[in-house]
Amino acid sequence: MDEIRGLVVTEEGLVEQDLMRDTLTKEMWVNMGPQHPSTHGVLRVVLALEGERIVDTEIYIGYLHRGFEKFAESKTYPQFLPITDRLDYISAHAMNYGYVLAVEKLMGIEVPLRAKYIRTLMAELTRISSHLLWLATHALDIGAMTVFLYCFREREMILDLFEMVCGARLTTSYFRIGGVANDLPDGFIEKCREFCNIFPQKAKDYDDLILKNRIWLARTINVANISGEEGLNLGLSGPSIRGSGVKWDIRVSEPYGVYDKVEWEMAVEDGCDVYARYLVRLKEMRESCKICQQCLDFLEKDDSGEFRAKVPKVIKPPEGEAYACVEAPKGELGFYIVSDGSTKPYRLKIRAPSFANLMSLPKMVEGALVADVIAAIGSIDVVLGEVDR
Amino acid sequence: MGENEKAPKKKLTKEEAIALAKARKAAKAAEAAKKEAEEPKVDLDSLPLVKAIKKEHAEAIEDIKFANNELTITVKKDYLLPLCRWLKSDPETAFDYLSEVIGVHYPKNEEKPLQVVYHLFSTQKNHRLRLKVNLAEDEEVESVYPVWRSANWYEREAYDMVGIKFANHPDLRRILLPEDWEGHPLRKEYPLQGPEGYREKWLRRHCRNTNAL
Repeated sequence: MDEIRGLVVTEEGLVEQDLMRDTLTKEMWVNMGPQHPSTHGVLRVVLALEGERIVDTEIYIGYLHRGFEKFAESKTYPQFLPITDRLDYISAHAMNYGYVLAVEKLMGIEVPLRAKYIRTLMAELTRISSHLLWLATHALDIGAMTVFLYCFREREMILDLFEMVCGARLTTSYFRIGGVANDLPDGFIEKCREFCNIFPQKAKDYDDLILKNRIWLARTINVANISGEEGLNLGLSGPSIRGSGVKWDIRVSEPYGVYDKVEWEMAVEDGCDVYARYLVRLKEMRESCKICQQCLDFLEKDDSGEFRAKVPKVIKPPEGEAYACVEAPKGELGFYIVSDGSTKPYRLKIRAPSFANLMSLPKMVEGALVADVIAAIGSIDVVLGEVDR
Repeated sequence: MGENEKAPKKKLTKEEAIALAKARKAAKAAEAAKKEAEEPKVDLDSLPLVKAIKKEHAEAIEDIKFANNELTITVKKDYLLPLCRWLKSDPETAFDYLSEVIGVHYPKNEEKPLQVVYHLFSTQKNHRLRLKVNLAEDEEVESVYPVWRSANWYEREAYDMVGIKFANHPDLRRILLPEDWEGHPLRKEYPLQGPEGYREKWLRRHCRNTNAL
């Protein structure tokens, strides 16, 4: 503890001495979570504090562990598909996508072009809805209430679109091995087009609300810094690492679906802080909207009606292993499947982006204030369903 | 074709049915063999990654495989850490990102039933590589934590789920399961719903209201 000199009244009158001489200070441990609204689920963070500065962070996870990987070994390949929805339950299409890609890679199935476009469209709509939920809750954590209501209004429109396509709003299970469950219903394209037309203006509204808001800037700029190199070393991926200036997006580096056929721009910012991650996600939403428009253009003209490839009724991949990854809204989502030639996976490992992203949290909040932890957790966008699996 | 086959099926005797199944299996195997022969064989030595690794760390390689467009290298246990260090630092390979560490249990391989799989990715060179290490039940593998910090949690998970021990790991504890959990659930002999009586035992120890049981 630093010395603080000051005048003290003693029996001998006023004497200048060290005020901290008789003060005992020690590290204090504070439990944050598992039931804390800003941890976005059941995340428990134990903070070691010196005053209000954080000196050490320990993360405890596993409260939501449901044993999906063990479960997968007793289910057939199509039966496991609905389970993947429950990983990151706010972006179910993206989770489905990673799983079906891995099985298709294992079996060597070629997906029809129309199905690829539908999948890409769904994955991008999911990205927008996931980022909207992120922005809503993140802003709410930091204290901006209005954005929450605005974001949920638009998210509702996307959920309605999902409901139109497959009847479910969150746990959609719309993808199938070899394509999608059914073709787009009548009137979907018009409704989706309507959303894509109004969304850029809405995104501008969010910007108007918080982009130059003084409180927002104070709470996000230079908070939870992490450099690109450190982030990669700690397993950070997705929009969070792109906020640290790393040009890495799986949609560009290993294109799947039709990402190599549509025109869009990768969102990268150099700020390394919470604000940069916010900028990246906002730009990503706009770019996703552009991709959706291009997918709709194709789907409108295309009348092939081929939404699923011809796959055997019993899915029985040959012996072998495959790893397929997609750019989920949170980062690199990978499925590693080992097949022994039977109808059930021998071993299935889910590489969840949030699990890896959470590892950088202690580095981000080193020496920060307690309030910054909330901004940091919000900025890496963890979903505990995916962390604990 | 399907209908023609279905009609006489009911009248088949057991022997005939077996013979038919055998014939079908043989036809399938022949088809698979034909497919394999048609597929262009990839010359492993022509891959730049294999070339580079063979040049620098030939002694570490146990086996090389190329399937599903993915390169897999099985590494001898003792050479793993130096190989990983080199893979990360060499500008030609530049594997700066560790995607995951997976434990797999193969009880049929009696000598070395445990396998650790590493998925590496390079954001600069944009290529992937899979490393594998086979372990006996009582063997430990060196932790790759000094090379990639992200190995911390990945290895803790592999330890938690499959029971693989990593030497020199800074903090090898369970991560997803409670600290007093017994056994490693992703082992093949572990029952799907947990060992018998385990749930009751655990609840009795942890819940105050045991009347609910």
